[in-house]
Amino acid sequence: MTDAMVKPTEAEIWQWLDAVPDPEIPVISVVDLGIVRDVKWEGDTLVVFVTPTYSGCPATGIISMDIETALRDRGIKKLDIRVKIAPAWTTDWLSDKGRTEMEKFGIAPPSPAAGPERCPHCGGADLEKLSQFGSTPCKAQWRCKGCLEPFDYFKCI
Amino acid sequence: MTRDEALFEFLLRLGDNTLILGHRVSEWCGHAPVLEEDIALANTALDLIGQTQMWLGLAAEVEGKGRDADKLAFLRDAWDFRNLLLVEMPNGDFGQTLMRQFLFDAWHSVLLGRLMTSSDERVAAIAAKASKEVTYHLERSADTVVGLGDGTEESHARMQAALDYLWPYVGEMFRSDPVDAEMVAAGIAPDPASLREEFDGIVSRVLTEATLEIPASSFGHKGGKDGSFHTEHLGHLLSTMQWLQRAYPGCEW
Repeated sequence: MTDAMVKPTEAEIWQWLDAVPDPEIPVISVVDLGIVRDVKWEGDTLVVFVTPTYSGCPATGIISMDIETALRDRGIKKLDIRVKIAPAWTTDWLSDKGRTEMEKFGIAPPSPAAGPERCPHCGGADLEKLSQFGSTPCKAQWRCKGCLEPFDYFKCI
Repeated sequence: MTRDEALFEFLLRLGDNTLILGHRVSEWCGHAPVLEEDIALANTALDLIGQTQMWLGLAAEVEGKGRDADKLAFLRDAWDFRNLLLVEMPNGDFGQTLMRQFLFDAWHSVLLGRLMTSSDERVAAIAAKASKEVTYHLERSADTVVGLGDGTEESHARMQAALDYLWPYVGEMFRSDPVDAEMVAAGIAPDPASLREEFDGIVSRVLTEATLEIPASSFGHKGGKDGSFHTEHLGHLLSTMQWLQRAYPGCEW
């Protein structure tokens, strides 16, 4: 692409970002996860606002790098990824598509009932919490008493 | 002391609490009694270190002397740390670690709740973020304190011993000094003493359920948050935590 490229529209950029997988849950995109908060042009610089899920989440750095790589591959030359902590990230920002994909992947999506609605493996509703924390800061460990399989639950925050 | 100097001190207190406790809790990584607890402790430590980056990052910005969160964490000596004595206390057994965590979480959750309405937007934003994580920390540490306190004879005895050992470090959380007075005047933070009632409510509810008795003595150690008198334990912790940056200054990977 030449320097005189036509600026991609913000809608196009959102589409490109929707193809960037979350490094921990690769079946959902960083857009599904709700951590890309805004995309805008400031002159000829593209600014992407990213909100971390958990303050210590080690994936945050990787996500910024993946976003940068994806946009550079599309020919974006001037890019500024800014971390925005307020308003704080909430699981309400998870897209419906993301929730569905997550469950198919074997992770129960967040639920306002403060626990999973059903087992992502067998759909059973007789569940027990094993631990408040799971394989990443955003997840807890639960087990289905029906199929006896443990599973991750994406915590509601 | 200017307002920014007081704010810098106040932010160091917040960041040093989470840094030192985060490091302490991370010492359990690979050593906890069961896998789930190991993961939970590591995740709690991770949250605390993440919060540290925000608090110390803001402290460095307010100070304006070209330092950053890493320099503040790795290149200060014991007397420059501003954490509560409670968080530098050794882990002891698993019960003592969780009792320390519970006492800290109860106070931390009340404090962050108040800081969410701070007149300083940067402080309010970090508090809002951290508060969500700390809600989970408190839920878990309180559950564990109840489980072990109201558990076997052995676990009960150990939890009571942990409470007796740690209780004298609780009072420091609620002591005010000129830094706090300046923060109150600026509407940035609440008076520490004003957090006591809510803290006592949480602690007495949980400890009663855990069948544990709060020690009668109100004697309290102090000297951590103003840096005047840390325990011998902090230096040992720092020598491990800061070793790499001391031995290889500026080392990155």
